[in-house]
Amino acid sequence: MASAVAQVTAVTALNLRTVPSRLGPSMVIVIGIAGVVGVLVALLAMAEGFRATLSSTGRADRVLVLRGGANDELSSVIYRSQVPTIEQAPGIRKDAAGKPIAAAEVFMLTSLPRRGATDPTNVVVRGTQPNVLTVRPEVHIVEGRMFNSGMREIMVGRGAAAEFEGLTVGNSVAVRGDGWKVVGIFESGGNVHESEIWTDTEAIMSAANRGAPTSVIAQLESESQLQPFKDFLTKDPSMTVDVLSEPKYYASRSKMLSNLINGLGYFVAVVMAIGALFGALNTMYAAVSTRSVEIATLRALGFGAAPVVVSIMIEAIVLALIGGVLGALISYVLFNGYTISTLNGQTFSQVAFDFRVTPSLLIQGVVWAAVIGLFGGLFPALRAARMPVAEALRAG
Amino acid sequence: MKFFPLLWATLWRRKPRTIFTMLSIVVAFLLFGLLQAVNVAFSQGVEMSGADRLITHGKYSFTEILPYGHYQQIRSVPGVDKVSHATWFGGRYQSEANFFPIMPIDQDTYYDVYPEFVVADDQVAAFKRERTSCIVGRGLMEKFGWKIGDTIPIQATIWPKKGGSNAWEFQLVGVMDARDETMKGQENFMVFRWDYFDEARAFGQGTVGWYNVKVANPADAETVGRSIDKLFANSPKETLTETDKAFNAAFLKQFGDIQFLIASIIGASFFSLIIITGNTMMQSVRERVPELAVLKTIGFRDGGVLALVLAESALLCLIAAVIGVLLSTFASGFLKPFLPGLEVNANVWMLALGAALGLALLVGAIPSLRAMRLNIVNALSGH
Repeated sequence: MASAVAQVTAVTALNLRTVPSRLGPSMVIVIGIAGVVGVLVALLAMAEGFRATLSSTGRADRVLVLRGGANDELSSVIYRSQVPTIEQAPGIRKDAAGKPIAAAEVFMLTSLPRRGATDPTNVVVRGTQPNVLTVRPEVHIVEGRMFNSGMREIMVGRGAAAEFEGLTVGNSVAVRGDGWKVVGIFESGGNVHESEIWTDTEAIMSAANRGAPTSVIAQLESESQLQPFKDFLTKDPSMTVDVLSEPKYYASRSKMLSNLINGLGYFVAVVMAIGALFGALNTMYAAVSTRSVEIATLRALGFGAAPVVVSIMIEAIVLALIGGVLGALISYVLFNGYTISTLNGQTFSQVAFDFRVTPSLLIQGVVWAAVIGLFGGLFPALRAARMPVAEALRAG
Repeated sequence: MKFFPLLWATLWRRKPRTIFTMLSIVVAFLLFGLLQAVNVAFSQGVEMSGADRLITHGKYSFTEILPYGHYQQIRSVPGVDKVSHATWFGGRYQSEANFFPIMPIDQDTYYDVYPEFVVADDQVAAFKRERTSCIVGRGLMEKFGWKIGDTIPIQATIWPKKGGSNAWEFQLVGVMDARDETMKGQENFMVFRWDYFDEARAFGQGTVGWYNVKVANPADAETVGRSIDKLFANSPKETLTETDKAFNAAFLKQFGDIQFLIASIIGASFFSLIIITGNTMMQSVRERVPELAVLKTIGFRDGGVLALVLAESALLCLIAAVIGVLLSTFASGFLKPFLPGLEVNANVWMLALGAALGLALLVGAIPSLRAMRLNIVNALSGH
């Protein structure tokens, strides 16, 4: 056993020492696999970033009340007459003045071009109440001030301010009719609200000729109040509403797109991995055939077949791992934190999000590299082991 | 052409190596073909849109609803030939994952404005007769196994019925086909009658989602669009009218960086590929130095040798590209149910062949130059 290990070490060391003299072919493995891993990690990081942005929105003890059967805020309507019942339902936390911490909101879309572009994109306009900073304490104004109720004033999320034309404090934009003045910019911990425009519910509803809000958001006393709160509202015959905790709602709104991007990522990576595998096979077969004399000499000296196989596979895997780490690093350097904005088909609105190259994605990339290296080395190694010693020596 | 046997022989000089190299390129072009087919699927909506058709929707968002009263006013605008309208219903059949578009439409005018969707005359007649009837695309009918006469239950997501129920039911009376084979898959939506919808819904009576306007003369499209918007300027529901083409193109742009993403993936896989193939070509030329020297000795000019090596590289890349794109054609056939409009069309083929030639030049450049500059005496004595 000890001698087998010594043999493997000796042959592997020999192989790896000769890599620099075969730099070109070895680079085939490294670069081919770096490409696979880079693309895989980048696409998965995109899906992960999108998912994280939506699922980090909201708190488990906060609920969203939608019309029963509505998939999302855009398709929901809550009648004005239903709002007081919801706000008075048991389980909602009260503020210092004894008022429920809840807000009726209206979710609408408007069109604004991206910075430097002319084509309009769907941007969320959320009409909300003056107490919104109490309802969503994670929101902080970073520039300017809150909108005043009843006024054509808006405050915009940091992401929206960066992404869309004209959203700077002091500027006016057309939201529903002209002249909506940007009075502030807020941040919200990088979640989906940062892609939105916020204004006063009454102001936007009158400008849009709209009679009813879309939803009510409420802070519960605790997460355990969710069920009683829900039961109270769903048992009331005058209400047909769905009650969802915020994390559940936002996670469901990211499912389609993040699954799609994940699927695309794995599909492309599998196809590319097959391509890289052929490249690796080429290189390793060439490596074996140019070294046939050396290998035969070792065998003649009494080295076993197993150390030869193992050493060649180690060489392939080491090269593959270098490629994998390289690809993962490139993708980390290029894409981690890279912000893009796309249309979320499930809410019909633009969401800006950052790519997130997480440690687990990096590890996944390197594992893929190792697997490609394993198969790329296996067959050439077997051929090397089966090579008749005498013939190989004579041919040299 | 007379050198083809020579080319063929050198190409297969080391069979396993050529096969592996070729397979890497095949895979890259398989990916190329598929990703381009996705691009086609994305842009086809834009291509199909008639130049004589306008869409009039809310000024600030496509999702605003418009008064039905706009209908007569738009019809009276000079240059307007026909007007129809539709509304976004949302709704789900069984689960959200089964999503397909559902729209209440005007049964008398819709198919005049959208002649690219074909429904049998007797089925249209039944649609006009039965208030609660619906028509679905051929693809949907096959996917869900519906038959004419079936009742299709739909859960409302936006529009409940009077009394608050979300349960709508429609009788299937007809099936839509795309008139043009290349548009297959675009017909996968459901339409039902707006008059029934408007009467049965809980709120929003007297509104529609958007108007579809066919103009008499495509050249006047923009002028007509402007006159429509002028009609409603400064009214509570202002409009924005644009050609179907502009509307679809703008909608696709909303996906923003997707095309950039596709281009990056192709870029990354081609870069890896150039390294793999280029290395093989170098190896192959290095091994053949004596043979190339012999060719030069028997009278081949430098340019001839250069051409020979480049031609070999081109042959390798073209064969592989053709196989790869053929495979992507088959694969997109399988994937079509998931992404309608997916198509490897002539354009994709041209792009792929162009890319293959470009790739061949790139990977063949260094080895062929090396072969050209070969010094006969040195090359022959080296062995």
